Amino acid sequence: YIIQQSRGLIYDEDFSWNKHTEEHTWQQHPIPLVFTADTGRVLVKFGELGTIKPGYSVIEVNRQPVTGTMGPTERPIMDMVNDPEAYPLSLTFGKGKVGANEKLMLASMFHSLFAIASKISPIEGSSGIQELETDEFSLHCFQTITGVKFFSIVDHKQTACEPLLHRIYELYTDFVLKNPFYLIDMPIRCDLFDQNLKKVIEQVERASAYSSATLA
Amino acid sequence: VGTEAVVSTQSTGFTLTYGLYGCSASQRLRQSDEVNKQLDKMGYNIGVRMIEDFLAHTPSAKRCTQFEEVADVICKQGFRMFLGIVPEVRNWNAAKDEFTLLLTENPLSEFVELPPNCADSLWYSNIICGVIRGALEMIQMEVKCTFIGDTLRGSDSTEIRVKFVKILEDSLPAGED
Repeated sequence: YIIQQSRGLIYDEDFSWNKHTEEHTWQQHPIPLVFTADTGRVLVKFGELGTIKPGYSVIEVNRQPVTGTMGPTERPIMDMVNDPEAYPLSLTFGKGKVGANEKLMLASMFHSLFAIASKISPIEGSSGIQELETDEFSLHCFQTITGVKFFSIVDHKQTACEPLLHRIYELYTDFVLKNPFYLIDMPIRCDLFDQNLKKVIEQVERASAYSSATLA
Repeated sequence: VGTEAVVSTQSTGFTLTYGLYGCSASQRLRQSDEVNKQLDKMGYNIGVRMIEDFLAHTPSAKRCTQFEEVADVICKQGFRMFLGIVPEVRNWNAAKDEFTLLLTENPLSEFVELPPNCADSLWYSNIICGVIRGALEMIQMEVKCTFIGDTLRGSDSTEIRVKFVKILEDSLPAGED
């Protein structure tokens, strides 16, 4: 994720390999999960089954992909779930991808949090958020002197995050800024940048897979 | 020796390219003032991008707290990285917010002779002023940058005067006070 000084998100890329999905078939109504249809997707609101938790969204009905809240036969999924005639019904759940608008919002929230963090610090001249650790992941952030923030969300096992962010900064200056057709503050749409970024990420993944294999 | 030869060929290429641009601009625009402005604008656009390149490849570069440090970094690292020369910093004024950059050699004007019609008013390497202005603006410093002498115009030396105007407070990124 790259945020420009003007608080706008100009780049984001998802390199996670976790495409975990789970399918369940129910013979009868009702299903022991509560659904909600908002933000254009049908989400599990309450209830747990196997690895399915709140936040997972329905991505297939009867093994066919859905579009938003509509099932494969143009019928709203919520209807199908509540209709005993539609059973046996099979639903496949997956962790839905964060939408583009949501990403923009989250990015500007992060920008603000970063600013707040540096202001409320009791130590003078503190810089903003560098690392944020949670149960599931770590967030690493690097702000350049010009105000551009590069941040990445990684697994705990990932160690070499700062060098990675620096490397990405170098890629940014080479392929984005030196591209005469790129306008500052606009979303980044440079193929060369994408390609080289992918290569760097792959290298890092391989290196960390190697190191965790040697540790095990 | 091999790399030196490569570097000098590359820089000659750049010199010639810049020369062609300068020449066509002055023919197209006729008025030297206009050309000076164009060069400055071009330089500005280059500067805003060049600064990130410089910062990315100079991990030791930290935010400067004094204007003198800025001058130092510009000469010893910036100029060296992009033009291969290290100008001298001279003539600080009493308030320490103005200084002169003395370019003992200028790769841009290596093979150049100014024609008589613009010999009085064209600042041939004005692009450098734009670059300095653009680069510093991205690190929240506003400066005024002008040529005060050029060997191409018969002066004894090529000099650029850089004057600090102000820190751009509103675009200061969080955490840098």
